[in-house]
Amino acid sequence: MSGGGMRRIAALAPTVWLVVFFLVPFLLVAKISVSTAALAQPPYTPLFDLSEGVAGALARLGELTLAAYRAILEDDLYLLSYLGSLRLAAIATALTLLIAYPFALAIARAPRNRRPALVMLAVAPFWTSFLIRVYAWILLLKEEGLINHALMALGLIGEPLHVFATDAAVVVGVVYSYLPFMVLPLYAALEQQDASLREAAADLGATPWRTFRRVTLPLSLPGVMAGSLLVFIPAMGEFVIPDLLGGSETLMIGRTLWNDFFSNRDWPAASAVAIVLLALLLPALIAYERLQLRGRER
Amino acid sequence: MSRRVLGPMTLAFGFAFLYGPILLVMLYSFNESKLVTVWAGFSTRWYAALLQNQQLLDSVRVSLTVAVTSATLATILGTLAALALAERGRFLGRSLLSAMIYAPLVLPEVILGLAFLLLFVALGVDRGFWTIVLAHATFTMCFVAVVVHARLVSFDRSLIEAAVDLGAPPWRAFLRVTLPISAPAVVAGFLLAFTLSLDDFVIASFVSGPGATTLPMRIYSQVRLGVTPEINAVSTLLLAAVGLALAGFAALGARFGEASERTG
Repeated sequence: MSGGGMRRIAALAPTVWLVVFFLVPFLLVAKISVSTAALAQPPYTPLFDLSEGVAGALARLGELTLAAYRAILEDDLYLLSYLGSLRLAAIATALTLLIAYPFALAIARAPRNRRPALVMLAVAPFWTSFLIRVYAWILLLKEEGLINHALMALGLIGEPLHVFATDAAVVVGVVYSYLPFMVLPLYAALEQQDASLREAAADLGATPWRTFRRVTLPLSLPGVMAGSLLVFIPAMGEFVIPDLLGGSETLMIGRTLWNDFFSNRDWPAASAVAIVLLALLLPALIAYERLQLRGRER
Repeated sequence: MSRRVLGPMTLAFGFAFLYGPILLVMLYSFNESKLVTVWAGFSTRWYAALLQNQQLLDSVRVSLTVAVTSATLATILGTLAALALAERGRFLGRSLLSAMIYAPLVLPEVILGLAFLLLFVALGVDRGFWTIVLAHATFTMCFVAVVVHARLVSFDRSLIEAAVDLGAPPWRAFLRVTLPISAPAVVAGFLLAFTLSLDDFVIASFVSGPGATTLPMRIYSQVRLGVTPEINAVSTLLLAAVGLALAGFAALGARFGEASERTG
């Protein structure tokens, strides 16, 4: 068998699999977002039914409805949820970057033989249960939690801080959970930088701060970009963190989608929310895809 | 402050932030008191309580079976995808495959979960064990593909060309060169797929049906009711298992690394 033949066969199975289990489902989400909600099982009016033949299918087309999208525009709950997600994801991404950058830099500047172990240690939490890492912050942040306990024992505060069940707790949860996603691309970008560039800057009289601002930082921008997208995109649709750490007034779109689906059993609404979220994330997804492609060509 | 101190201090703060909360959960799983935040002495009573919790044990069994099955499928499919993407030159559907591999890595889980569910409903499949396996295999194969692909593009392609020049047919070059070189990444991919499946709560909640409750689903419903020492104990066991697997894999990777340095 020729190399080309092997390649085609290797590509075929995963491509077919992903078309069936990934691409088609998205078309279904789009389809159900324009269906009518109904009290049935499944809880929406089917759009096409092959058993009805061509005439039946054409009749069904007349039932296409944008009701779910109209609801998104008219009901403040959705607008506030999208804005809430955008705000919290943006704040959390910025904070994650601020924490991860010095951390990744310290790993990249550590002695060469220690770097692999340090990177592994920094990324290892990603392998442990997400749910447990979020849960740990309930233990820490609750009114009668460990942080309040410790601060009060030290006499630093007189009464417990109210962080748990607020937007601040959600931000802490996102920063903590997604930190490894930010550290890894930053480290990759910082580690491959040529040290002689910094030496040249220093030789030419640049202060360490100026060298950082004019050499290190600009060269690491692809890593900053990749890390920020890796945190921002999933954080936008996050459900577990706002549900466990946020308050009842914490509106995030992932949670609203979840409630539409599981509590209200309004599948067309949930599907429309997902399609709009996808459309909002599309620029970020394309930017991420471009970065991946550029990285591969290098 | 001198740079010599700044680096290690940043590292210390970073690792304390990453590991502190996890270690506290583990510490408090040995707390005698039922009040989670008051330390009342060392005890293993919560671990004993776990063994009596039949629902929890059932969910562990479901999660492990789902994880092994879906990770096996994901490893085969993901490795094939990586092999196809690592080849030089274009082929029909390359950008489609590439886009479909990278998108699930970052897409919010609620969207993926909803999409998978709607597919299974449209197909009229009963939801349960197998729908979770299929959904997990689909999103974890993308992670396997990325890990294996990174390894395939980083090794010297002239090795394969040399094998072919020496008269080895392509399938033989594949078996004797490509496969051994990518083996550590394939193992890493399997482990990653396994842990991602074991960990997933959102997607499983969408596609699961009666009788198929995974461990994260069980933990989640307990966490919603409040923090209990029992959850700390389950978490500790889970973290210890992952820690051991990671340490084992790191040791394996070190040995492979030495071997490939000797040959390379």
